[in-house]
Amino acid sequence: MLKFFLSRLGTFIPTFLGVTLISFAFIRVLPGDPIIVMAGERGLSQERYEALRSQYGFDQPLYVQFWEYFTGVLQGDLGTSFVTNRPVWDEFFSLFPATLELSICAIIIAIALGLPAGVIAAVYRGKFFDRALMSTALIGYSMPIFWWALLLIIVFSGNLGWTPVSGRMGLLYFFDDVTGFMLIDSLLSGQEGAFGSAVHHLILPSIVLATIPLAVIARQTRSAMLEVLSEDYIRTARAKGLSPGRVNGLHALRNAMIPVITVIGLSVGTLLAGAILTETIFSWPGIGKWMVDSIFRRDYPVVQGGLLMIAVMVMFVNLIVDLLYGLINPKIRKR
Amino acid sequence: MSLLKIRNLSVTFTTSSGPFRAVDKVDVDVRPGEILAIVGESGSGKSVSMLATMGLLPWTATVTADEMSFDGRDLRAMSGKARRRLIGNDLAMIFQEPMSSLNPCFTVGFQIREALRKHTSLDAKARHARCIELFEMVGIPAPERRLKAFPHQLSGGMNQRVMIAMAIACRPRLLIADEPTTALDVTIQAQILDLLTGLQAETGMGLILITHDMGVVAETAERVAVQYAGQKVEDQPVDALFDTPHHPYTAALLAALPERATERHLPTIPGVVPGQHDRPAGCLFSPRCKFADDTCRTIEPPVQPPELGLALCHYPLHAPQEAKA
Amino acid sequence: MADASSQTGRQVLKDGGTRPTRFRTFWNSFKENRGAVMGLWVFLAFLLVAVFAPFLAPYDPSAQFRDATLQPPVWQEGGTWGFPLGTDAVGRDMLSRLIHGARFSFFVGIVVVVVAATGGIIIGLIAGFAPTWLDTLIMRLMDIILAFPSLLLALVLVAVLGPTLLNAMIAIALVLQPHYVRLTRASVLSERSKDYVIASRVAGAGRARLMFITVLPNCLAPIIVQAALSFSTAILDAAALGFLGMGAQPPTPEWGTMLADAREFVLRAWWVVTLPGIAILVTVLAINLMGDGLRDALDPKLKRS
Repeated sequence: MLKFFLSRLGTFIPTFLGVTLISFAFIRVLPGDPIIVMAGERGLSQERYEALRSQYGFDQPLYVQFWEYFTGVLQGDLGTSFVTNRPVWDEFFSLFPATLELSICAIIIAIALGLPAGVIAAVYRGKFFDRALMSTALIGYSMPIFWWALLLIIVFSGNLGWTPVSGRMGLLYFFDDVTGFMLIDSLLSGQEGAFGSAVHHLILPSIVLATIPLAVIARQTRSAMLEVLSEDYIRTARAKGLSPGRVNGLHALRNAMIPVITVIGLSVGTLLAGAILTETIFSWPGIGKWMVDSIFRRDYPVVQGGLLMIAVMVMFVNLIVDLLYGLINPKIRKR
Repeated sequence: MSLLKIRNLSVTFTTSSGPFRAVDKVDVDVRPGEILAIVGESGSGKSVSMLATMGLLPWTATVTADEMSFDGRDLRAMSGKARRRLIGNDLAMIFQEPMSSLNPCFTVGFQIREALRKHTSLDAKARHARCIELFEMVGIPAPERRLKAFPHQLSGGMNQRVMIAMAIACRPRLLIADEPTTALDVTIQAQILDLLTGLQAETGMGLILITHDMGVVAETAERVAVQYAGQKVEDQPVDALFDTPHHPYTAALLAALPERATERHLPTIPGVVPGQHDRPAGCLFSPRCKFADDTCRTIEPPVQPPELGLALCHYPLHAPQEAKA
Repeated sequence: MADASSQTGRQVLKDGGTRPTRFRTFWNSFKENRGAVMGLWVFLAFLLVAVFAPFLAPYDPSAQFRDATLQPPVWQEGGTWGFPLGTDAVGRDMLSRLIHGARFSFFVGIVVVVVAATGGIIIGLIAGFAPTWLDTLIMRLMDIILAFPSLLLALVLVAVLGPTLLNAMIAIALVLQPHYVRLTRASVLSERSKDYVIASRVAGAGRARLMFITVLPNCLAPIIVQAALSFSTAILDAAALGFLGMGAQPPTPEWGTMLADAREFVLRAWWVVTLPGIAILVTVLAINLMGDGLRDALDPKLKRS
């Protein structure tokens, strides 16, 4: 297990270096001079331009710039935003809880519905249930989620008026950020209706964000279950006279979970990509919307820092999934 | 009275290229404490008929029988729940591939205790004690430690011992062993067979041994049923079968045994068992039978009386009234 | 007895003679999957629409009819047969724009798949045959690309290159490429140690011949499936980029871009929002259905028993 862990860590470090290099390289090949973009329409004097260039280190050779950037990254310094003049690191972590809250809700929905759907479809293979569930899953899998979001807004916000169109919280409520999670903060504030408002704002975005991971998990669970159900040890379990619930839910699912865990881990990347669209449509003040806005504003330090942070997060999740995989699969654990 | 009694059992699989009949009108009888061997080539439906008895066939299979009873209780009329109380308890089975027949995600101890918890009223401590006792019975050294092992940490022979321990955990009255030694090394094969017959003598359970190895049959079985292409072609006590086989297929199988070879070249049976698409009319063995004539190739053979080993043949061998052999 | 054996022998030979060709077996098992066949028909229909768009569309996709803005479809009150699916905010015919949109989506799909698959297969083959250090280097590089969420990376790439449909295609192809590399390398590694490859090497085949003629054809099945699935991913991603304003630019009748234009009319004119989305969904769904059928037909492990 330790050896397994170390070998995973061994691939983590060079990948981290590469990710840093790529996010660094982007800002240097972006068209347009970042200093001039930053100055905006007011324009600059030649001296001021030179001063800013040296302030941001753009007059140094590339390798020096990279070294400064890399050592900065290791100390949590991702530069400052051109637009707000706040450190990118601080901006990232003030917006991150919003994305995390949305993503956690989405992944909970996806697992809670996708896993049972996949198991049921596999157990009732070829029957009506299987077909209905898998057709639905394929539609979900093929869904352009930005359109799906608009449709839900038309129906639930427009026609029925059940849910708000954008944001995280109704305008009536004000309270302090404690955890950054609206669901928790609204409860802590003790204001009546605040929690309900948070839930209302969260429902549509989480459904939209959950759609594709849900479909992927359901499909993967079904195929993993089908493969496992034809194994000899399932016949052995049935030959012991165990109930179908125990055979499918314990003996089969435990083995089917091994590939499914990987898929759940991989869907974190999908989730973050989906967050870009979902947050933009629902004006959800999280990382995805922040990235899109910064790209349009040409706020290069933010694009660079955000890209790096997101990639590192994906890598971390993959590392955790790998370790979890080792835990759930005894063939790796005991080697 | 028979412990297991099956009359006219047929099993049909729905495949993408049409129905396939794997078992065709087979009768099985096992008395308490008897060792019955079911012999046949691969694809002769011997495993399938026993899986049907256990109720372990996949959903693509259709099972029909005139009678199918265990200890006088009708298996066909039983609810799924009642049947699950029976199998794993009074009626147990072990399989061909020990390595893949145990769940890789659980320790072998867990998998045995699971059967005990389902079918007995033992508490946790008693279950553990019973597991150790079982491991000693099947000859696994250091049982305390082995109970905590995962299947992939044990050898094939050890896993088969675990399978046997699991099957006999609830003291079954009938144990079905489906080619229990095929996947094992030759040296281990004899050990496992000795273990099975020893346990059978000790506990007095019935034993059905599915095999394609005539040598195994000669050493262990009391009675032999020979199956060919899904049909039972002969059924005799073991000595009688080896002395006077009545079906040409049995005779050919016996002639192919190295111990019985009289010439330099070992005789073989030409051709293969007919599959889904090339089933002959009349007797299924006729294309490979050296005695077959036009009757054999057009008319389905009758079942001969018990004196002639219930042979499924128009012209049984060693028939007393004929001077054929 | 001799008679019997020669008879069975002949039987076997005759079976061998009528054994269906590889394509035939593939087609037979593909045909069994009704969803896949339906997907294939829809795909072909869209292909025809894309090819003959100028002949099928009643109007020019950018022609504006100023006296008929936001006109609803024909079956709704206020709709006319002049604009069967209604018009958008500046009076352009929805039907014509959707028909022309099919062209862009198919163009995107084909270009992306060809670029990503060609590059990915070549790199994957090299990685599979290369010495360990090069293989490791290539695979690390792919890991790095895969660490970025694909849409985000594509978005930043387009921001770097400038927001056009062509750049969006390049970005998507680049992002999808690592999947082909991994897939190709994995199947090359499993094929490489097989006897037929060793035999070919012993017979003196050069490295290029080994790579492209001996090994590659036996790795194609999973790659074909991946191609079908990334076709639909490409269409989805291109539409998403268009929707975010980083793909095709208005007034191009690209489906995602049309949706972006329609956002402000979400609550007033459902058809300008619904119809392009349905077009995307149906196309992607058809391709995915087909892809599933392809996978089941090409991968015998998942075949129905």
